[in-house]
Amino acid sequence: MFLWFHKLGSPPHFYRIAGNWLPWLGTIFLLLLVAGVYGGLVLAPPDYQQGDSYRIIFIHVPSAWMSLFIYMVMAACGVVILVWRMKIAEIVLISSAPIGASFTFLALATGSLWGKPMWGTWWVWDARLTSELILLFLYLGVIGLHGAIEDKRVATRAIAILAIVGMVNIPIIHYSVEWWNSLHQGATVTKFDKPSIHWSMLIPLLLMALAFQVYYLLALFQSCRAELLQRERNSKWVEELIAK
Amino acid sequence: MTRLSLSQAFIYLLRRDLTLAFRNRAEFANPLLFFIMVVTLFPLAIGAVPELLARIAPGIIWVAALLAAMLSLESIFRSDFDDGSLDQLLMSAHPMPLLVLAKVCAHWLVTGFPLLIISPILAEMLGMPQQAQGVLFLTILIGTPVLSLVGSIGVALTVGLPKGGIILSILVLPLYVPVLIFAASAIEAAAGGLDVSAQIYMLLAFLFLALSLSPVAAAAALKISMS
Amino acid sequence: MSDTNLLQIDNLACIRDDRVLFEHLNLLLAAGQMLLVEGANGSGKTSLLRILTGLKLADEGEVLWQGKPIDQLAADYTEQVSYVGHHDGVKRELSCLENLRLVQAMGKPSGVELDDALDRFGLYRYGDTLVSNLSAGQKRRLALSRLIVTESQLWILDEPFTSLDKNSMAGFERMFEQHLAEQGVIVMTSHHDIGMVNADIQRLDLSQ
Repeated sequence: MFLWFHKLGSPPHFYRIAGNWLPWLGTIFLLLLVAGVYGGLVLAPPDYQQGDSYRIIFIHVPSAWMSLFIYMVMAACGVVILVWRMKIAEIVLISSAPIGASFTFLALATGSLWGKPMWGTWWVWDARLTSELILLFLYLGVIGLHGAIEDKRVATRAIAILAIVGMVNIPIIHYSVEWWNSLHQGATVTKFDKPSIHWSMLIPLLLMALAFQVYYLLALFQSCRAELLQRERNSKWVEELIAK
Repeated sequence: MTRLSLSQAFIYLLRRDLTLAFRNRAEFANPLLFFIMVVTLFPLAIGAVPELLARIAPGIIWVAALLAAMLSLESIFRSDFDDGSLDQLLMSAHPMPLLVLAKVCAHWLVTGFPLLIISPILAEMLGMPQQAQGVLFLTILIGTPVLSLVGSIGVALTVGLPKGGIILSILVLPLYVPVLIFAASAIEAAAGGLDVSAQIYMLLAFLFLALSLSPVAAAAALKISMS
Repeated sequence: MSDTNLLQIDNLACIRDDRVLFEHLNLLLAAGQMLLVEGANGSGKTSLLRILTGLKLADEGEVLWQGKPIDQLAADYTEQVSYVGHHDGVKRELSCLENLRLVQAMGKPSGVELDDALDRFGLYRYGDTLVSNLSAGQKRRLALSRLIVTESQLWILDEPFTSLDKNSMAGFERMFEQHLAEQGVIVMTSHHDIGMVNADIQRLDLSQ
């Protein structure tokens, strides 16, 4: 098992293994997505307060979870890069950033879409949405810094530090924004809070969350393979690959 | 001969940076002027309604302080980068985080401290009540060093980049949000006669966290940027 | 001269963008020896020197000092190195003496009096002059004077003779010879002709 994991660290093996996984990941993703969407849109009952317009949470909540999860993966990669200098960690880090940013944007957009029928405005300065917005800036910072540094080996080590610093700050920012929100909201419950969730809504939610996880792997592997080819274009294994 | 002790080296570098700042006085006046200007813009923009201004004064002053701090960050490492002194500091016998801390201290004394002195005047101009002004002073005293410390990580990552200033803003502003939230809230609470100990303790916590972690992160970032 | 190899370069490689600047570089340098790195512009001379100082990471291989990798030694290694790169590494707004005091504060001071150091390089009269008022040659001489105000066994010099006239160059060459005689090591690049006939020089040409 350990040997397999170690093999994954070598570029040509990662390329091959990731390639093999792609069709499986694609199928599993589609299955989970269909199940989750069906469960969320058709099977789950309407909310007694919000009617049918609450159903956007089946996209909004998993997106928000993914946006945070991917940043944690990036921070973990950052540690691996700085301590062990693993090339694959560098690739995963830079490939994850746009995917994470997209999920964050999706969470913000769906949050906004949820707000409109509910409270009549496209944007509310809710604690969660505001935290997501700041998280988006953190992602854009990572992508921007990587793009701005010419030497890409230096660039990946720089964003490794940035990802770690961001990770340390995310709980602080989250807590600060929640505190800020509670000041000005008064006694009302935070708008996106659900007291306790019925299993008929929970199951599609979890299915969607799982679907998004699989999607992340799918998008990540595709992106990593492309990045790997780009970075190693002068090495032997890539030349052999092209020759085939 | 033996090399200097850590504290001696710290003080030496601190004094060097203060001397350099003093001999470049004009350059370092800019952030302060910027601070004053931004605060002045708000009454012009939203009308000189005393109650309104007094209500949002904490926010105005703190956002202006934040922007002024960001504007001044470049000067921490820019000059040393340009003339090769940064290489020499990286190769020094002393630990880099200590040297970074010395430079950040000097930076705060030159850029943050003037903001501290001028803030009561600006608060008065915006009609902030007296009891809030004391808390304003306290938050700027504790908060602006955090801005310098956390900002130094951002500058360390972008030192030497051509359009470094723009990227720097995106990197650093999210990290500044917690300080802004608790500082502004403290002053508002004080204006309303409420207790501010929670906010002040949070700011102190940020300060101690920044003091212990930022120099290490900034030193690591400098090594990476210069390689 | 002793036989101990102080500096060892082991299978070093450096890649910039897509070009391999150099690879499979192996070298041994003993006390009292000098390494002269030659090559066309852009052939990686500065990169090699920066890797030797520890400022830059090599893409492959390692550099060893007294048998230990320099990234492990960290400050223990850099304490023994004096580096003069393309930039002078001096502050324009400080005087010559203030700059030298700073150099001593940041490193391991030698017993040399600062005024004597300035005198040796013809800068005695400029002790309190701000560097911004010096000529390019004078700034370079100040940059090189760091070599004697700190105690360091390894001198890494990137085009040290830029902006210097022939007399100054000759003076510095004498200084380098003395350093080698005192069991020091020098790694240098220069596109000037080196007149150090008595020294034990290894030449490395990066242009292949």
